[in-house]
Amino acid sequence: MRARPPILALAPLVTIALFLVPIAAGLGGTLLPAFGWFPAIGGMHLSLRPWAMLFAYPGFATALRLTLAVGIGATLLSLGLAIGISALAQGRPRFHRLEQLLTPLLAAPHAAAAIGFAFLLAPSGWIVRLLSPWLTGWHEPPALVTIEDPLGLAFIAGLLLKEVPYLVLMIAGAAGQVPVAPSLAAARSMGYSRPVAWLKIVLPQVYPQIRLPVYAVLAFSLSVVEVGLVLGPSDPPTLPVLAARWFADYDLRLYFPAAAAASLQLVLVVLAIASWRLAERVVAGLGRLWIERGGRRGAARGAALIGAGLGGLALAAGLLSLAGMAVWSLAASWRFPEFLPAHWSFRNWARHADAVLPPAAATAAIAAAAALLALALALLCLENEQRRGRPAGNRALWLLYLPLLVPQIAFLFGAQVILVRLGLDGSFVATVWAHLLFVLPYVFLSLADPWRSLDPRFARIAAGLGAGPWRVFFRVKLPMLLRPLLTALAVGFAVSVGQYLPTVFAGAGRIATLTTEAVTLSGGGDRRIVGLYAFLQAVLPLLFYSGALLLPALIYRRRKGMA
Amino acid sequence: MRGLALAGVAIAIHGRSLVPPLDLEVAPSEVVTVMGASGAGKSTLLAYIGGFLDPVFTATGRIYVDGREVTRLAAERRGIGILFQDDLLFPHLSVGGNLAFGLAPHLRGRAARRRAIEAALAKAGLAGFAARDPATLSGGQRARVALLRTLLAEPRALLLDEPFAKLDTALRRDVRSFVFTHARERALPTLLVTHDAADAEAAGGRVVTLAGGA
Repeated sequence: MRARPPILALAPLVTIALFLVPIAAGLGGTLLPAFGWFPAIGGMHLSLRPWAMLFAYPGFATALRLTLAVGIGATLLSLGLAIGISALAQGRPRFHRLEQLLTPLLAAPHAAAAIGFAFLLAPSGWIVRLLSPWLTGWHEPPALVTIEDPLGLAFIAGLLLKEVPYLVLMIAGAAGQVPVAPSLAAARSMGYSRPVAWLKIVLPQVYPQIRLPVYAVLAFSLSVVEVGLVLGPSDPPTLPVLAARWFADYDLRLYFPAAAAASLQLVLVVLAIASWRLAERVVAGLGRLWIERGGRRGAARGAALIGAGLGGLALAAGLLSLAGMAVWSLAASWRFPEFLPAHWSFRNWARHADAVLPPAAATAAIAAAAALLALALALLCLENEQRRGRPAGNRALWLLYLPLLVPQIAFLFGAQVILVRLGLDGSFVATVWAHLLFVLPYVFLSLADPWRSLDPRFARIAAGLGAGPWRVFFRVKLPMLLRPLLTALAVGFAVSVGQYLPTVFAGAGRIATLTTEAVTLSGGGDRRIVGLYAFLQAVLPLLFYSGALLLPALIYRRRKGMA
Repeated sequence: MRGLALAGVAIAIHGRSLVPPLDLEVAPSEVVTVMGASGAGKSTLLAYIGGFLDPVFTATGRIYVDGREVTRLAAERRGIGILFQDDLLFPHLSVGGNLAFGLAPHLRGRAARRRAIEAALAKAGLAGFAARDPATLSGGQRARVALLRTLLAEPRALLLDEPFAKLDTALRRDVRSFVFTHARERALPTLLVTHDAADAEAAGGRVVTLAGGA
């Protein structure tokens, strides 16, 4: 076998170094101040004082409880609803239409969905307007608190809007390797109702493959900051929001308890994932007993129906949230309780164009750079794997998921300290790199399956015709895989557009994107302006997705085999 | 009337007739074979009887099981068992687990269910196989387990969708006689779909030939 060119042989190493070194260094940079060591601001001795400061914070216990309730509650619910939808809908002929419907929700950043959801829930939002005045008797927006409730219910619901479609898609992808329709037919011919058959036959085969995405949802829901800022309670907030607030404070002494809170966040996530793993075993054991009891319908069918109903509601709320922002941004006058504005205009857009364009351009530039870099790295790694003739194992997959499992707040602060040392903080390069950490896993995962399942005989035939490996790469593999390539690019772009915390930290507050601006503005301010930012933030990735779908269709319009 | 009955069953696709109107009665213990070239609509006919017809097809006519009309019932309420070309043993369950999945739910209690499964396995010459991983079974063993699973669900009619097509010739004879013996023993009306004349001969019953929609 021919030796691999160095650019390929080094690709996995460079990729891993790009991941592991910054994460490890960042974690170290957060852990040391958590134990009092931060010479730059006078922390010269190791001590437990930061922890004492954290525990002494009056709302600490509540914040901790809230963090766990939101993180675990949102994960359990989104998994349950996604399972309900899949149990009811998968294996039906028109299931792919549902998948198409999910695209705008998948492309929209968490912050945009959260802001749109806050609009939807607000006393003057669509839900109240829909019920007023005929049911509620309200002619004025009521004085109700609908978001930022102390139990974090709006927070959890806001997370569901994004996590349910994501998990539905992950389940559908994993089910691609299971003969779903024939297995369901076999089970139904034995008397099983469709949802029970799906739960007993498809789910146990699919779950091992969606385990890592579920852990990623768990870690994210525990650690998310921007959704908490928009929808969560603020006094006290969840632990990661508290840490982010302290990190951003002018009082530098708050760095110490902030670092302690961020380190505790890491511990929470590790413990939560470990407990989830244990619970999986228990559930699997109970599930086997349940399967062998042979029940054909039972309560599970009702549970699946309820799950699917609530899941459908979450999807509808997500789509309405996105639509609502567009309507607000175009509303000239919109009296309560009218369902739609009486007058529409682009005046709002025109007036704020000067303010919106720079962050929009920055968002697009960072996202394009991060997505292209991620695509190049993923391609090199996959090509290396293929020429080496050995696929990366399970351990590599865990490594790839690492940035999605480690809480962002726990290493971004430490990483920022290092960036300051290198004089790179607040630069375009640093921001792109920080985004790359989160973009690369998604781009790689999106590309890996289609790349690996391309029939290897095409490459062999090309080689037999005298084409060298690079010629095969550029002239056979890339063109044949144009569609998944562009899809991976669009996924990467969308992930980058959605990044909040990495932009805030690596950008050192000097780089403003649509996401950071929208979250900042969401606190108060004019709904028309917030709607504009959040809408653009949601629409930018969607444009990319549409391009990823249209371009291959256009290029291969005379090639039916590529349709 | 006991058995499986079709009354004026016809299937069309995009307005083109695929299966012409068909009247057929299959008595308990009887095996009727439906023959036809591939694409003649044999499997589509079985899908309609079983309740799995793809909505691109339009079908008319009525289906009765033991005198009860099941045409509009969901697949799971028809009491019609099916064996497919693939055995579709569920890979996440043991052999015993697969059979427990099939075993009718009115038999309660883990011990009683386990005994029923052991007995079924023993009768099929597979004693002691309950804990085995289906992936370690031979093709013939898999086919037997698949039939046992279907029968343990206590169907009142049996559809066979070319279940022998993927077995090699030596095995085919064994599995065929295993399937027919078990079906007769339970007095099941059985409808077999095949394009292999040897299958029809082994079934030994009436043969209906579908000409195909051409």
